[in-house]
Amino acid sequence: MITGTYDVVVVGGGVIGAFIARELTKFKLSVCVLEAKADVGMGASGANSGIVHGGFDPEPGTQKARFNVEGCQMMRKVTSDLDVPFEMIGSMVVAHNMEEKEILKKLLKQGKENGVKSLQLLDSWELGGLEPSLGPNLKGALLSSESGVVCPYELTQAAMENAIHNGAELFLSSPVTSIERQEDLTYVVHAGEHHLQARAVVNAAGIYSDKVYEMGMEAAVGDEIIEAHQESFHIVPRSGEYMLLDKSEGMTVCHVVFRIPSEMSKGIIVTPTVDGNLLLGPSLNPRADREDTSTTIPGMEQVKEGARRLVPEINLPAVIKAYTGLRATTDRANHDFIVGRTPIKGFYNAAGIESPGLTSSPAIGQYLAEIIAADLEAKLNPDFDPKRKHLRFRDLSFEEQQELVEKDPSYGRIICRCETITEGEVRDAIRRPCGARSVDGVKRRTRTGMGRCQGGFCSSHVVDILAEELGIDPTEVVQSTPGSYILTEQTKMKGEE
Amino acid sequence: MRELKEHYDIIVVGGGPAGLAAAVQAYDQGVKDVLIVERKDKLGGILNQCIHTGFGVQIFGEDLSGPEYADHYVQMAAERKIPVLCGATVLSINQDQSIVISGSGCGVKRITCKALVLSMGCRERSRGAVNIPGSRPSGIFTAGLAQRYINLEGYKMGKDVVILGSGDIGLIMARRLTLEGIHVRMVCELEPFTNGLTRNLVQCLEDFDIPLRLSHTVTMIHGKERLTGVTISRVDENKNPIPGTEELVPCDTLLLSVGLIPENELTLRAGIKIDPVTGGPLVNEHMQTSLPWVFACGNVVHVHDLVDYVTMESCRAATAAVTYIQGELPRFREEIPTEGADAVRYVVPQVITAGDDVEGDLTLYFRVKKPVTNAIIEVSCGDWVFYRSKKLKMIPGEMEQVLIKAELRDTFDAIYQENQTKGMLTVPDVFQLDKQRKGIVDTKLTVSVRSEDDR
Repeated sequence: MITGTYDVVVVGGGVIGAFIARELTKFKLSVCVLEAKADVGMGASGANSGIVHGGFDPEPGTQKARFNVEGCQMMRKVTSDLDVPFEMIGSMVVAHNMEEKEILKKLLKQGKENGVKSLQLLDSWELGGLEPSLGPNLKGALLSSESGVVCPYELTQAAMENAIHNGAELFLSSPVTSIERQEDLTYVVHAGEHHLQARAVVNAAGIYSDKVYEMGMEAAVGDEIIEAHQESFHIVPRSGEYMLLDKSEGMTVCHVVFRIPSEMSKGIIVTPTVDGNLLLGPSLNPRADREDTSTTIPGMEQVKEGARRLVPEINLPAVIKAYTGLRATTDRANHDFIVGRTPIKGFYNAAGIESPGLTSSPAIGQYLAEIIAADLEAKLNPDFDPKRKHLRFRDLSFEEQQELVEKDPSYGRIICRCETITEGEVRDAIRRPCGARSVDGVKRRTRTGMGRCQGGFCSSHVVDILAEELGIDPTEVVQSTPGSYILTEQTKMKGEE
Repeated sequence: MRELKEHYDIIVVGGGPAGLAAAVQAYDQGVKDVLIVERKDKLGGILNQCIHTGFGVQIFGEDLSGPEYADHYVQMAAERKIPVLCGATVLSINQDQSIVISGSGCGVKRITCKALVLSMGCRERSRGAVNIPGSRPSGIFTAGLAQRYINLEGYKMGKDVVILGSGDIGLIMARRLTLEGIHVRMVCELEPFTNGLTRNLVQCLEDFDIPLRLSHTVTMIHGKERLTGVTISRVDENKNPIPGTEELVPCDTLLLSVGLIPENELTLRAGIKIDPVTGGPLVNEHMQTSLPWVFACGNVVHVHDLVDYVTMESCRAATAAVTYIQGELPRFREEIPTEGADAVRYVVPQVITAGDDVEGDLTLYFRVKKPVTNAIIEVSCGDWVFYRSKKLKMIPGEMEQVLIKAELRDTFDAIYQENQTKGMLTVPDVFQLDKQRKGIVDTKLTVSVRSEDDR
């Protein structure tokens, strides 16, 4: 029984799936996104470094190199269209000894080969002037001025909201369980109560992209079968643990600061976030359980140790939060992205996306949308609206704030003291397309509870507003996932003394 | 309230115990044009959710509940017809002696004043700040938030609770949850001593047979959606978990009572200097901050143990604000820093004024870092120890004070003057306490606490 028919079904509501959906709506295509979790951006998209990389790190000729550089170049326009804060603060790789200094030159050459603009070598004197807290014994750095920081989950939400605004549909809490092929070669994607017929399926399932590809292989027919198996891959999840420091530490460094990258990762970084906190991480460890995003003592020690190496005087007691993201690393030799057509006609991959996936997301979206539109012979959608607005009370001028509150008094009531978030913004976060359905959903959209008190003051208000907006009892409001209830029972009615 | 004016002589930020006392005192001292700005819909602050007793013994001579204590001052403010703006948050403090407020009722407005009193109170430390590894399920609350749910909102937040931290709110919540029919498995405390008042330890834990695990901490959080348990471990003398002592404690709720921090987002944004140890603004004995027209009192300056002391401190702040408006409070000039030594964690005020026109007794408030038995409390200036007293037991949970009588203070002042005339001392920026220049004798007031047993 088919419950819906679309041109394209995108499996995965992370930043990749969201941009694919958004870019697909630029064409006359009906699009549906299936997300396994209760909100978008709950996987690696929600727990990464939030860095827009310049693109000197990936090996030339790889998809990583291509999409990184393209994505970085697209980022300013995309974030401006989607009203997502993007700070082009620049990044630097620092060298601790002369050997590492030689590697900087290699990275510079590699960056140029990849087409990265605005790369510059700094000597230790210049570096000391730019980043005095990095300690005295550095030999130099490679500065990439077009790099920056962006809020990864807001970018995901914004892309998805804009996709929905342009006609895409989104089903949450809908993990895909199997994919069938019909006689006319169209697909039927089964995800809980949804059984969606589609001309094309895009696998953007992140850490589960190998499983979804296997489902795709099940749907392969004829010659596709052997070829599809030849291209199969496995995801070997690796955890990345992060520590977020208070805004008081946000000025510790002014650039994204890396050590010399290794083959496996870019190492522990120290960076200001787009919101003015200081972020440390990620650690790098294999993790077998794809659902296990817990933080560990060894992981946090790795982060602390790595951060101290970069900033000897780092104020670690200012940590306000620690979290873990799982990278969707493939078992292929160079861990390159797997983006594009597959031997299964109409089945496309955007798989194995690890760093620099966030940076690459707009470019991957654009690339896939273009080839899918070509394959499906879709025309451009003349009504596509690239803009999305996000009202942030605290960024408004005094006069704008006055005007806004006069129009809607709920914007005058401050819910979150630490981050100055108003009731109006919380309600808007729930009401907008792909709106918040949980306390964490509100948090990721408005920053309520992201400050120093981590929700001590505001979360009870957020629970009340969620209950009111969703028409449910406060005991039914969840923290994030279904089952993560907050209150157990009501003991007295309001107003009862 | 009546129409909001564009100017008030004194604006008080926060309508909790500190703000209420400050407003009433300012009024009684002769400044009638006072406004209280409160972000909640109701005055009283955190007292409203503190339905246990233990308030007012010092001031009223009776054991009151939090709301009763607050009500005394709410009444006093009402009798004086002091205007109160509820449901409004102060967004900024500006150099032109104005503040910007925002509220759904009042809109966004700029109001000017002659003096501002900060009394925003404090907030609780959160989980991240204590760095517990593990998953991130629901069911982890700060003790104060749980108190709010139980006492004000009328909701239970779990059935089986572990409390981390033996601060006063943690202890009080252990009792409160038990009375509400919620099972409190234990209270874990990282330190080898409790952080709360002794009376709370007895009345809240011992009377209810709730186990207290000293030198224990939570080392792992379990549960995917809702909390299913925590791992606790014994810690060594350096507070590091000892491997092999792990114990899994099933529970659906973890309450954190791991300390309070003065709430100074607004203060910081205004560029007012903050004492890194207290987390509150640096103040002199008039509770004046580094911005001369801004005064601060209560838990926004340093976390108090008893609300009665908050009230007393707020009265001093308000009196000083009134004197300031009347032009009689000396503006800024050279002042003498205070410091804590040995077991003393901090001293408030952080600076005291000096000079001929300075008179009256001086009270120094401080806390110790760790419990001290047979304590010797000394206040000294260089080698000169001019105050000494003894106390059988001192604990970090209790705020201590020493009174320096006016005559002593005069002598102290004389030393300062002498140093100054000799050209031996200059402290150009009183708040740059760390600035020690070669060849300059620092006049400092040192409060130290040592144990007689250590000799």
